[in-house]
Amino acid sequence: MTARGMGGPRLGVLNALSHVALAVWALLIIAPLAWTFLASFKTNTEIFGDPLQLPGALRLDSWGRAWDKAHIGQYMLNTVVVVFFGTAGTMLFGSMAAYVLARYRFIGNKLIYYYFVAGLAFPVFLALGPLFFVVKQFGLLNSHIGLVLVYIAYSLPFTVFFLAAFFRTLPDAVAEAALIDGASHTRTFFQIMVPMAKPGLISITIFNVLGQWNQYLLPLVLLAGDPDKWVLTQGIAAISTLAGYEADWPALFAALSMTILPVMIVYIIFQRQIQSGLGTGALK
Amino acid sequence: MERLRRYGFVAGFLVVPVALYSVFVISPYIQAFQLSLTSWNGISSVVRYVGLGNFGRLFEDEVFWRALRNHGILLLVLPIVTIVIALFLSFLLNLGGGTRGAGMKGVWGSKFYRVVYFFPQVLAVAVVGVLFQAVYRPDADGVLNGVLARVGVDPVGWLTEPGLALWSIIAVMVWQAVGFYVVLFSAGMAAISRDYFEAAALDGAGRVRLFFSITLPLLRDTVQVGWIYLGIAAFDGFALILVLAGDKGEPDGATTILPITIYKTAFAFNKVGYASAMGVALFFLTVTFAVLTLRTTRRERVEL
Repeated sequence: MTARGMGGPRLGVLNALSHVALAVWALLIIAPLAWTFLASFKTNTEIFGDPLQLPGALRLDSWGRAWDKAHIGQYMLNTVVVVFFGTAGTMLFGSMAAYVLARYRFIGNKLIYYYFVAGLAFPVFLALGPLFFVVKQFGLLNSHIGLVLVYIAYSLPFTVFFLAAFFRTLPDAVAEAALIDGASHTRTFFQIMVPMAKPGLISITIFNVLGQWNQYLLPLVLLAGDPDKWVLTQGIAAISTLAGYEADWPALFAALSMTILPVMIVYIIFQRQIQSGLGTGALK
Repeated sequence: MERLRRYGFVAGFLVVPVALYSVFVISPYIQAFQLSLTSWNGISSVVRYVGLGNFGRLFEDEVFWRALRNHGILLLVLPIVTIVIALFLSFLLNLGGGTRGAGMKGVWGSKFYRVVYFFPQVLAVAVVGVLFQAVYRPDADGVLNGVLARVGVDPVGWLTEPGLALWSIIAVMVWQAVGFYVVLFSAGMAAISRDYFEAAALDGAGRVRLFFSITLPLLRDTVQVGWIYLGIAAFDGFALILVLAGDKGEPDGATTILPITIYKTAFAFNKVGYASAMGVALFFLTVTFAVLTLRTTRRERVEL
């Protein structure tokens, strides 16, 4: 009471200033996104007019052009397929390896664990050239299977690292009871340990989905030769270079809006899990 | 029998992940180190070893040094600016609401702000790059230039002026990163006991004082983690720079950073051996950076 009474007017000014600062940053985030969204309804001339002008009418044709002609529909489907199998594979193999490394004693356990974790220290660029030739040798260049396998492999270090720490914290009693009751090791893992590890699995799944959905560099190198197989980030970057020649800017902004909207919707629904998932991921 | 079953299970669970990881991650890295000692062009079937020759060439390569200098700027500026803005915003969000009833409160609407600030973090870097191409367009039709024109400023070549391009790109990286660190620091601040703030507030400490004497020292570990992550992000600014400035010729090499140089050297100029040597240099730089950061920022933890 006293603190508030004494600092009355000064606190008022400070409070107003903090709101101004916070609102300015929020505006800096929202403005370019809102502009993109509005530009998708504009005509070329409107886009190259005053940037603060609203679109003259609600034109949706650019969305159709982006979906069909710029292949955004195809790219989105490709991305969904690759990210689905990439994340599913990462979670399956990552949790299997992490579980065994965290809860079973055997010769070489520590060695294999550090073998995986070492992958966290290497910059991807270092591997980029040779990776291209490894994938080529397997005949998996320009194929979604190749990209999925590479995504899984590059997601493993962090997934194993994170999940091993998580599996170590789970109690021993339940797993032991199941084994004594005659359940196999595999069954114990899938029916008992995986459900118990659900919070950790969800965090790391979100982390991997976002990472693989936003991946740009690996597809750029591994899918370069076949535009039909491209993923969304690749397609968008390519349209932006093409837009200069074809001059269909509204379609470019429609394509951008189309990629931003689903992410935004998923983010708003899961924002709590996403923030805590990425947060714990970074702090480990 | 049970022992055998156990080993079979362990081996069965490890074989696929270890194989995938060895083939696609470890073997390329080993090959990169090996290739850095060759003059391979990526096509020829003959691989000629040149010893440490590539590394000798690196030291005389002007492009390499320019890329290194830009990397240095990025490494210094990105973490400092991002952390200062994020600390400031998260302090306002969590403790800026005054000392009502002796307890510290966040400001009104802090939940909304946190959701908005974090959003750029989930956007793909390639999408952000294309978005900011429109924002930074050098003519009067650019979003930023159009806004500036209203107050009578002539169009600025945000990405084409050599002295400005790198800073424009750093601004985008800060734009995207701040929200994540606001969330990270908010979590750290929430973990600080309210008693400290209450006691200090009763002693007459203002908010600025509270920030520098209590919040900041107790957040030290979190800030350190943030610093390392931003350092790695700075090394990783590849996709953004490639989309924003890559094919536009990078004004006078003003935005060239090592990853871009590596990518172009390997895939555009077919000098795979030389590019690998650059990659190895980048690897040692990253490791040195992480070790140095951990060393210099490690201090006595504040015991509570």
